[in-house]
Amino acid sequence: MAHGVAAEAAGAPVAHPGEKTLLRFLTCGSVDDGKSTLIGRLLHDTKRLFDDQLSALERDSRRYGTTGETIDFALLVDGLVAEREQGITIDVAYRYFATDRRRFIVADTPGHEQYTRNMATGASTADLAILLVDASQGILTQTRRHAYIVSLLGIRHVVLAVNKIDLVGFDRHRFNEIALAFEEAVAPFGFRSVAAIPISARDGDNVIAPSPRTPWYDGPSLIGYLEEIDVTSEEAAQPLRFPVQWVNRPDATFRGYAGTVAAGALRPGDGVLVARTGQAAHVVRIVTMDGDLPSAEAGASVTLTLDRELDASRGDVLVAPGHRPEVSDQIAAHLIWMGEEPLLPGRSYLLKCGTRTVGASVSELKHHVDIETFKPLAAKTLALNDIGLVNLSLSEPIAFDPYEVNRTTGSFILIDRFTNATVAAGMIRFGLRRATNIHWQALDVDKRARADAKGQRPCILWFTGLSGAGKSTVANLVEKKLHLAGRHTYLLDGDNVRHGLNRDLGFTDADRVENIRRVGEAAKLFVDAGLIVLVSFISPFRSERDMARDLVGRGEFVEIFVDVPLEVAEARDPKGLYRKARAGEIRNFTGISSPYEAPLAPDIHLEAGSAEPEALADQVIAFLRDGGYLRS
Amino acid sequence: MPSEALPHLRRLEAEAIFIMREVVATFERPVMLYSIGKDSSVMLHLARKAFFPAPLPFPLLHVDTTWKFREMIRFRDETAKAFGLDLRVHTNEEGRAQGINPFDHGSSFYTQVMKTEALKQALDAGRYDAAFGGARRDEEKSRAKERVFSFRSESHGWDPKNQRPELWSLYNTRVKAGESIRVFPLSNWTELDIWQYILAEDIPIVPLYFAAERPVVRRGDQWIMVDDERMRLQPGEVPERRLVRFRTLGCYPLTAAIESDAVTLDAIVAEMFAATTSERQGRLIDHDEAGAMELKKREGYF
Repeated sequence: MAHGVAAEAAGAPVAHPGEKTLLRFLTCGSVDDGKSTLIGRLLHDTKRLFDDQLSALERDSRRYGTTGETIDFALLVDGLVAEREQGITIDVAYRYFATDRRRFIVADTPGHEQYTRNMATGASTADLAILLVDASQGILTQTRRHAYIVSLLGIRHVVLAVNKIDLVGFDRHRFNEIALAFEEAVAPFGFRSVAAIPISARDGDNVIAPSPRTPWYDGPSLIGYLEEIDVTSEEAAQPLRFPVQWVNRPDATFRGYAGTVAAGALRPGDGVLVARTGQAAHVVRIVTMDGDLPSAEAGASVTLTLDRELDASRGDVLVAPGHRPEVSDQIAAHLIWMGEEPLLPGRSYLLKCGTRTVGASVSELKHHVDIETFKPLAAKTLALNDIGLVNLSLSEPIAFDPYEVNRTTGSFILIDRFTNATVAAGMIRFGLRRATNIHWQALDVDKRARADAKGQRPCILWFTGLSGAGKSTVANLVEKKLHLAGRHTYLLDGDNVRHGLNRDLGFTDADRVENIRRVGEAAKLFVDAGLIVLVSFISPFRSERDMARDLVGRGEFVEIFVDVPLEVAEARDPKGLYRKARAGEIRNFTGISSPYEAPLAPDIHLEAGSAEPEALADQVIAFLRDGGYLRS
Repeated sequence: MPSEALPHLRRLEAEAIFIMREVVATFERPVMLYSIGKDSSVMLHLARKAFFPAPLPFPLLHVDTTWKFREMIRFRDETAKAFGLDLRVHTNEEGRAQGINPFDHGSSFYTQVMKTEALKQALDAGRYDAAFGGARRDEEKSRAKERVFSFRSESHGWDPKNQRPELWSLYNTRVKAGESIRVFPLSNWTELDIWQYILAEDIPIVPLYFAAERPVVRRGDQWIMVDDERMRLQPGEVPERRLVRFRTLGCYPLTAAIESDAVTLDAIVAEMFAATTSERQGRLIDHDEAGAMELKKREGYF
């Protein structure tokens, strides 16, 4: 090993450039404002471009470039082949450069209308934003929009780079006019610092060094400004937030809570609480491979040991006593929709906040923010790149801070349960009062007590399948058998429920989701009452069935797939519905004009095309007996 | 690392540790791709920190093309022994049986068979659902847009136009059976950061990174090391001994050395500050065509 060589080096003068801090910023602007050119210029002038990269760039400039004989710096950052061919930047690109003072990470984000999601992505990790405008164009609607998104994502420092200042003849008045208009435009966003700098990215004026061509401008160059600005956040000074990421248990003698400090600081001896339960403990050690630390502050990835065993695992947040975060299962948040499929209120998604993932659905879409006027508009859904304010209902309470207080404990993403796509970014505004302050009443007579009295374990038997598959027939038989055996049951049938509880709902996707949600909630109450609940519903979407599953405890939801081929169900057609659907008289009919998503791993799979209903019902009873749902 | 030294390295270190823990907490069968190079050395060091005092909770996988420098293989085995690692080595046996080599089959086909295909075989065989790689975004253009958690289809394909948005440090770790994620904890590091970190943490690296007299031949404007008797010399070519070192390591016939007298880490870092060419200059496979790396990555190359 080369250890010997490294050891020789120890003690020798170290050739590093002193203490550098890291600044993450993003650049945004419209298509022709020269963003990519600016980044190429920054990389070039800070010597991050090597000879071989330059020669590749010269080659590419001749082939794809738009600047004639000179080097087209934009090609340097437009990385993907498709982009170079189309001449547009379609994805966030990260670039790296350093000066003697600072290390920089640049997120180059597209400014084209449809790419709001990329800008939000780049902004989420940035401390500062450079907004580019073309000096001949001035402030555009887009500029305001970018400033809004940047402020929504919690960036507090912006620089307006007035580019192509050479094209307006280095005109001081033009620059002042734009800078003033910008200050007025962004005043409502409450930025902590706003600066305007006249530059030419193509020629390098005021990028690295002050330009002799703008003698009237006495401020710093762009790099000079970025090197100096203090973007320290207050997170280190806030009360402790330590999301537990992973419990480290190499053997019976060591139990460490591994995570990254999201706010505040920790010292051995400090008291901490589990936010969710209020359980208390003291920090004993801050363990690292380099030895125990005397303290750790926001940003540090460490492992803690505590003076007593806590019921805490991944997803829990250790916090400072006396400064507990909100804990709620009802929150209000801004959403930036990023999915190809629009938001469906009521549909169940996964919400990841910190290290915790829970089920979540939008219980109310308060409004959609019009990105041109920033006015709230009424809306039924959010489509790709839409921004909205929503109330979310979670399957379990989470601990959080408002996003404007802490970007780590106040942010979340929504994930589609079926495609696993990241469909939205969320910024928590506040917990809804009714949930934050109304804690669950611990009842003396609980679910278990009620169920024990009946000699059974409560559960939902969820029969799903095509219309005409035989769900109701089998469910009826199962209930009859259970009733005869002295069990306490209740049956919720799709058609019957639609006559009462869900009379107001139609058959659009949104209404179907709400239909399932209400049935799931009703079934949950019956489970709470200790009953075995039979639900017979087509319930064609996996995500909705998962939503119902999430409402109750583990093992309390039994998914029963009543499986027949479509031809068989259609041939049976007990209610004549398939005929009507084929004739176009019924729209959105499952199996014909609307999809049926078969369960991937049902708890019980009933081959209802070949077996008799009686045998299928016995299959269900056998499952319940073997699974310990029925006490003899 | 002393907490007052190099704040930007401390921030990068904390980020990499967070990423590694996120994988171990959410995936069933993670693996670390270990290429023996400096980036792998740093990645391994960070992993040991992330899970300390526990041993690494995943195996290391080395795809051995059979054409690595001998010193790399020696270093690999010593490292595995020193840290008690679960090291798994895989070679595309079909390719080996057919004698696929960089001289007769060209760098592109050879890389496809002995690296890309071999990697897919090993990932499939291990049923790994997450694989750590040491790639950095500053290495190459197409990497600048790669996610930290980069989704791969069942056939290991990468779709650059359909990547999951990645915000804050909220990584989407969800995959279905057969799909996987490639995870790049060093995404935000630059080559200089890597060297400064190796220096600050005294991390062992393959001696080939340090200058020494080595037998080399001149090919075009590059120095290729004659590492063993399999090297095909062209007519009239006579190996000469020169003071050289490597900025990047791979298969010896495809990796060019640079002339250097940097025998210490300090000297290497100093050389880095003065460098005028990028490290991938020494990688012969990247120069094939514009977009070469993007094409390789779509097919599953790391």
